[in-house]
Amino acid sequence: MKVSKLTKPARTAHKPRIMGKRRAIAGSMMVLGSALLGGCITVDAPNEPIVIELNINITQEVIYRLADDVRSNIEENPEIF
Amino acid sequence: MIANRIAKPLIAALVAAAVALPAPALAQRDPAYEAARKSGQVGEKTDGYLGVVGSQPASVQDMVADLNIKRRANYADRAQAQGATLEEYAITQGCILISRTVAGEKYQAPDGSWQTRGAGAPQLHSRCPQ
Repeated sequence: MKVSKLTKPARTAHKPRIMGKRRAIAGSMMVLGSALLGGCITVDAPNEPIVIELNINITQEVIYRLADDVRSNIEENPEIF
Repeated sequence: MIANRIAKPLIAALVAAAVALPAPALAQRDPAYEAARKSGQVGEKTDGYLGVVGSQPASVQDMVADLNIKRRANYADRAQAQGATLEEYAITQGCILISRTVAGEKYQAPDGSWQTRGAGAPQLHSRCPQ
């Protein structure tokens, strides 16, 4: 069957600004962009610093090491204790 | 060798005597300081220094300041000899001094509040030897 075609066809009602391959790339970029935005994780800083707990643990070891010297210190310098 | 045989039991005896008799240490405190401790005007803090409990006369405040200066100098020397920091040594001293308070004396609890030592054990910080 022969398809008859007008020599000067009318313009389409809506002409996309970007067409074909470029349109597909643009579309996928938009999807990727929104996925990145939606995937953001907000991390709130804790109110109390965690470092303090660590310091206490370190100090406890040191305290046990120093305890004997501290006891003799009291015997050697009773006037200031 | 012979000297060593004599010296060893002698040292052991001296150490035993020092451990068994903490009473003479108390006797060497300044009477004004001893009185301030007994009446609860001053107390032992967790940081190894003395604290003034509530509002006290200037004489008590000066006495505490003077003793704390002496303690700080002492801690600095002993800490250096032990390869520890001043703060580490002072905190350790605080643990032991609080555990050695006697009934009626004031001490600082881990939460920072002043407590009066009762018959039982004092409230010690978890880092202190219990």
